[in-house]
Amino acid sequence: MSDQKQPETQEKELICSSRRGFLKATTALTAIALSPSLITKAALQHADERLAAFFEKIPLNIEVNGKAYQMETEPRETLLDFVRERLHLTGTKKGCDHGQCGACTVHVDGIRVNSCLTLAVMQEGKKITTIEGIANGDKLHPMQEAFLKNDGFQCGYCTPGQIMSAIACINEGHANSPTEIREFMSGNICRCGAYPNIVDAIVEVKNGGMKL
Amino acid sequence: MENLLNLAAEDTDRTDGILKVTGGAKYSAEYQIPGITYGVLVPSTIAKGKINSLDTKAAENAPGVIKVLSHLNVNNSVPRYAKDQALIIDRNINKVFYNDQILFAGQPIAMVIADTYERAVYAASLIKAVYQKAPHQTNLELNIANAVAPNPNAKDYVRNQIDAYKDAEVFIEAEYDQPNHIHNPMELGSIIAHWEGDGLTVYDKTQGVFSSQRHYASLYEIDSKKVRVIAPHVGGAFGMALHSWPYQDATVIAAKITNRPVKTMLTRIQMFTMVGYRPETKQFVGIGASKEGILQGITHKAWAVTSSFDNFTEGTVRPSQFMYKCPNVNTIYRLVKMDVSNPIWMRGPGEATGMYALECAMDELAYKLNMDPIELRLKNYAVINPENELPWSSKFLDECYEIGAKKIGWSNRNPKPASMKENGMLVGYGVGSGVFNAGRSSATARATLDETGKLTIQSAASDIGPGTGIMMKKVAMDSFQTEGKEVFVELGDTNLPPAPTQGGSNTTSTVGSAVYDACTALKEKMVQVYHQFIVTDGQQHAYENFTFKNGAIILGGKSTSYTDLIKKAGLKELTVTRESKAGNERQKYAFNSFAVHFVKLHIHPFTGMVKVVQVVSAVDAGKIISEKQARSQMIGGVVGGIGMALTEEGIYDHRFGVYANNNFADYHVPVHADIPPIDILFVNKPDPYINPIGAKGLGEVSIIGLAPAIANAVFHATGKRVRDLPITLDKITVWES
Repeated sequence: MSDQKQPETQEKELICSSRRGFLKATTALTAIALSPSLITKAALQHADERLAAFFEKIPLNIEVNGKAYQMETEPRETLLDFVRERLHLTGTKKGCDHGQCGACTVHVDGIRVNSCLTLAVMQEGKKITTIEGIANGDKLHPMQEAFLKNDGFQCGYCTPGQIMSAIACINEGHANSPTEIREFMSGNICRCGAYPNIVDAIVEVKNGGMKL
Repeated sequence: MENLLNLAAEDTDRTDGILKVTGGAKYSAEYQIPGITYGVLVPSTIAKGKINSLDTKAAENAPGVIKVLSHLNVNNSVPRYAKDQALIIDRNINKVFYNDQILFAGQPIAMVIADTYERAVYAASLIKAVYQKAPHQTNLELNIANAVAPNPNAKDYVRNQIDAYKDAEVFIEAEYDQPNHIHNPMELGSIIAHWEGDGLTVYDKTQGVFSSQRHYASLYEIDSKKVRVIAPHVGGAFGMALHSWPYQDATVIAAKITNRPVKTMLTRIQMFTMVGYRPETKQFVGIGASKEGILQGITHKAWAVTSSFDNFTEGTVRPSQFMYKCPNVNTIYRLVKMDVSNPIWMRGPGEATGMYALECAMDELAYKLNMDPIELRLKNYAVINPENELPWSSKFLDECYEIGAKKIGWSNRNPKPASMKENGMLVGYGVGSGVFNAGRSSATARATLDETGKLTIQSAASDIGPGTGIMMKKVAMDSFQTEGKEVFVELGDTNLPPAPTQGGSNTTSTVGSAVYDACTALKEKMVQVYHQFIVTDGQQHAYENFTFKNGAIILGGKSTSYTDLIKKAGLKELTVTRESKAGNERQKYAFNSFAVHFVKLHIHPFTGMVKVVQVVSAVDAGKIISEKQARSQMIGGVVGGIGMALTEEGIYDHRFGVYANNNFADYHVPVHADIPPIDILFVNKPDPYINPIGAKGLGEVSIIGLAPAIANAVFHATGKRVRDLPITLDKITVWES
């Protein structure tokens, strides 16, 4: 199904693995931020790589799909880019990078979140679930089954976000009627126009009454 | 050709369905290539002029930056660029980083290649361009006087008398405006380019791997065989990936210059200027009939936007030439060249634009005649295509009107405008028809049966969403009378047998026929092998005497499994490759798919807010190969049509020649809450002449005619004609009542 390898846990020089180290780094970061000319100067003198390497490596302990990762992240790296480019979990999609389309929807501690609008560094200690984490081995999640059965997709690109949102929509108690489902799924755009089939899938899972 | 399919009735899931619901389907930016680098484009901020200076120093010195590309260092490195001075290569693609000229706002002027995405984005922000601005034009209305014919040889279409509508007893004249529509597939423009020696591998967002292959090969003037293009999953396209774009060329060039694999993913903002759009078009329709409603004349004129550097042309006025039986028809199509990026065909393409005007005009004429709009259409129903005077290969448009009208409850409609109310809302019913060419070009498919009984079907077609894979599988399942567990499909790769670019509602007819022919040839080969290794009496049995069912070849009650057949022949596999294409039937018949869209909507009497409450679309697309996916594709077109009619509009700020709403918050594509239940009705009668499978295609007619159905329903609900898409509530403003 997926030939993705789980990346090795990164353990190279964690510069600021302690709280104190983090504070030290952020203090330095603030100082640099206040004097942008320093950055330019550093860049011109090619000292930038070392400097950058220092600020771009913030330690991050995060659980993704039940697996614990000890990694480093740039403070400006979104959760979306972190899962796609660093963990190679490309099931979570980038559709706008502005929180306007929902293709990047993941669950953070069970709540649906646009992963493009949140930074990886903010997820310290959080449990993230992506589309790759909802099936039970080869057994599809009921929502995945329902999307398949109801043809709730065409190109498939918005599908992971729709499915993650759909699960949350039911868990939130916002799936009590097709009208309510449409309202609470409207943050997930599907340009192929699979909307009616997606609503059918959600109704079916809701009526099935399974614990999601 | 009389051997029509008798497809299994039960639904089947998509061949890539499990991959798509589990996140396992890989789109072009999702392949893991060791040493990958990230390309980020810098767009121009002015609409016309030249780059006086480009300061890339800070970007080049920023952490992780490998290279900064621009016209300053690319031009001479691309062999194709040196060949001629033309801005355009391969028909529609403007050369990237070719010179200092700015042709439109949002044109790529530089690209940063860095080792992480974040570093590339940051470095791109450090690039400073100083421009010499020139006055720009982006306003269609102001430039219509400068319109030109698409090419010097283009002749306006005239059938008998010009402007004959003016002499009719009853006629209407109206202008219809439609803004730019941006395809906006959910997958951003994405590509990974990877050179190994003089060989190039491209993971591409493309509707045609072979056209991409030819294009990249032509850039570097290398043999096409040196270029492999891979695109098994495409995250929507709707026309924007019919040919390559400068962002893709920039990535291929970057990968060559840096000798590293480069990945580029456009931003949503860049999707508005770097990969085409459906061009803004102004139309005029004059249409006249006798008092009895017999059409006397149609005049249809269109003025469409294109870029300053290319004459992008589409079939906007073509349907008016043959949709209705009408003795006098003339059409005019003109281009308005402005300082904007190049348009490209978008779902339904020009025909959707043209039928919006024609079908609204038909409704206006029906009201002026005091006649039911369906009755007017049926009175002028064409049995022979009036443009080329050929009979249609099949045409069940009349049946579409009938079954659609019944389903939506057309007979309950009080034709008087603003006469119907439901729950305090004004109620409108509207109808619009769709027509599109039912094409068939050439494709090659390979069918392979291996010793385990597995049947593999291969053809390089793209699957941008319609379900090409399941279509190919279903044709094979029917051919071999099997439930399909042992049937596998491979597509979207230049290493596979050639298939045409996916577009123009062509794929099922073309590729499906190739699969059909390859399966038939494989069965014939199996019969040969049967005679050599199974039948020992030396007798020749006719092919027709064999039955193929559930993994066995059967002759006279004797059943031999495919596995046995291949083993007894001492083979590993049996394989055949067949090219399949249209013949001279295309000179004998007119080929078209047809649809009729019915819309019921509610309009709030005070705010003018429109809510579509029901859509019924009836379609004559010949034999439906895979009903479940065909239904989804039809629904998708309807959703696109609702956007076209009610919400979508690319808005320029003409002062600067830039888009004012280049994101999903401001450019409104329909969302869940906008979409009502949609009923799709298939006539599902095979076309006896188009191809061996009887299928005509429906990707375009799913949207063509939907926007006018909504516009006509808005008139019915309110008595107000809005001839300017999108029909937003400010244009309705139904203060009375």
